[in-house]
Amino acid sequence: MSLQENQPLYQSNLNTRHRRGKIWRTVFIISTVLAIISLVVLLVTIIDDSFGYAAISYKIPLSEIAPAGVPLESLTCAELIPILEENVSPNRFRQIQSEKPFEEWSQQECYETVVYEVGQPKAEETWSLFYSIRYADELKAYVAQKYPEGELIFKQWLNIDFVTQPQSKDPLIAGIRTAILGSLYIIAIVIIVAFPIGIAAAIYLEEYASQSRVHRIIQTNINNLAGVPSIIYGMLGLAFFVRVLEPLTSGYVFGYSSEATANGRTILSAGLTLALLILPVVIINSQEAIKAVPNSLREASYGMGATKWQTIWNHVIPNALPGILTGTILSVSRAFGETAPLIVVGASTFVTFNPDSIFSKFTTIPIQIYQWTARPQDAYKNIAAAAIIVLLVILITLNAAAILLRNRYSRRLS
Amino acid sequence: MSINIQTSLNKSSSSSVTEHSNGNYAVEARRLHVYYGSFLAVNDISLQIETQKITAIIGPSGCGKSTVLRAFNRMNDLVPIARTEGEVLFHGQNIYAQDIDPVEVRKRVGMVFQKPNPFPKSIYENIAWGARINGFKGNKSEMEELVVESLKDAALWDEVHDKLQQSGLSLSGGQQQRLCIARAIAVKPDIILMDEPCSALDPISTLKIEELMRDLCKNYSIIIVTHNMQQAARVSDFTAFLTLDENRAGILMEYGQTNQIFMNPREKVTEDYITGRFG
Repeated sequence: MSLQENQPLYQSNLNTRHRRGKIWRTVFIISTVLAIISLVVLLVTIIDDSFGYAAISYKIPLSEIAPAGVPLESLTCAELIPILEENVSPNRFRQIQSEKPFEEWSQQECYETVVYEVGQPKAEETWSLFYSIRYADELKAYVAQKYPEGELIFKQWLNIDFVTQPQSKDPLIAGIRTAILGSLYIIAIVIIVAFPIGIAAAIYLEEYASQSRVHRIIQTNINNLAGVPSIIYGMLGLAFFVRVLEPLTSGYVFGYSSEATANGRTILSAGLTLALLILPVVIINSQEAIKAVPNSLREASYGMGATKWQTIWNHVIPNALPGILTGTILSVSRAFGETAPLIVVGASTFVTFNPDSIFSKFTTIPIQIYQWTARPQDAYKNIAAAAIIVLLVILITLNAAAILLRNRYSRRLS
Repeated sequence: MSINIQTSLNKSSSSSVTEHSNGNYAVEARRLHVYYGSFLAVNDISLQIETQKITAIIGPSGCGKSTVLRAFNRMNDLVPIARTEGEVLFHGQNIYAQDIDPVEVRKRVGMVFQKPNPFPKSIYENIAWGARINGFKGNKSEMEELVVESLKDAALWDEVHDKLQQSGLSLSGGQQQRLCIARAIAVKPDIILMDEPCSALDPISTLKIEELMRDLCKNYSIIIVTHNMQQAARVSDFTAFLTLDENRAGILMEYGQTNQIFMNPREKVTEDYITGRFG
């Protein structure tokens, strides 16, 4: 206040100016808080659905499987296996044995197999985590009354088995191993295809192409393509990779043949489609990163007698790479979560075998989530939530790895 | 004024064409015109640069000093809209001739820029890189020798000898600029172009660079563009004064020994500029 001077043409408006700044600061804080709240709500909802009570009913009550009076879980493997043989069909018994010889089974495995194969449990109703905690007693009473032969168990829908087991019609034992592998295969193809092509195109457009009308038209088109809905790319993938290039994408031309022929609806087709989808974004991001390389560096290089290629290879690309990677990481994450184009390209909804090559049928985690959320039974909703958590964890892992790599690289540079 | 210019130009260009086959000069511009699009930036400049001397180019902002400098190693080629007419003779050859590769020119005519721009690599690599891309055939120890020698020639060795693997960007501004000079002389050019090399540096760093230039001119011909007239007076043997004509194109107003330009300029415009009455 004491510093205030008295000049006729100036009015003292310092307070107003400061207040305006504070208002905007509040707006920014609110925006950030809103974003955080929505993320937290998302996470809480998913976790809420991934754990909780489930009412299980059995076709044959567990008490009737075991010899009278003895609880099933106290039996040894030697006692349990005859029960299993007695109650399942001979075919099924041989099948179970062929997956893993009985000699190697632990007691826990024997018990679980008997419960599942003989008792044939079914998830009748499920409840979310918070509801389960809050109304545990009511739920126990309700289940005891409604499913006298069943039981109420606290189910962790997200568990190791869920990640390591293949798909199944039964939500109690369904896993997403095949979907995880499908997703990883596809993302590998996306990176292998979109990354070099995108960077190469960006280098051409930024470093070589002259500023002509054609260049401007190409640039505008790339920008527009980045905004085309992903399902359009799915249709392109179906028409081109699945139909036109079927001999290539199903592997006939390479002499690959499989009994479960995929008719072009393969991991390769899906990977190429998603690569096309993110290509414009990769190009635009790479262009921005290349533009950000200071011109003084190019001049320094040329001034030393470097050729254009030496300049690009030794200075432009290394200095643009961290920026290129940032953009690419984001677009690969987007491809990882894409669902719509893969449905159009022909993702299989039920794949119980690991993809063994890029010419296999495929399913991905988002496809699985989509399939499961579309079903009416309670339990599918729970495994969909569990799958979402797996998807998020894989995404975070991939991103963190890529960012670490990038940071290590940029540190080496400076 | 235009008559004056005409006479001075006629004098210089006629003498060079008849008397010299360029052999005595490090580099020589003949009737140089540079256009940016349709704008004429450098209008008919002829200039002979003496071997193993320091030639300063001075003049008001926008008079085409840097453009002239960059014409000597074809850096203007990097500007898509730039077009050069006339000849620049280097070892008797016009570097703008069809069969001359600008890459080769730039190896022979090195350049130091206004803002220090070392590569974001180690100090060692900053110097080794230029030699390597230009086809340096020596083994590892010969390369090390070259790096050490270049750093010593650039008066930087004592300050960096124990941190050759550190990033070039970790040095101070003046050290970075000397690193750029070391980098330039590592590829053994005949000529070093300096585009306001001290404008981003403090007085002490500037002094070091100026001393370095005096040392370097025993082996190299140096052309320096500078805004600082004291610097031109202190450091250079010859001075070219450029100014703008009525179409804002750069013209050579006066060229001669630095003493003569500063003590006894032939042109009134030169005198006005040097004494600070114009520009």
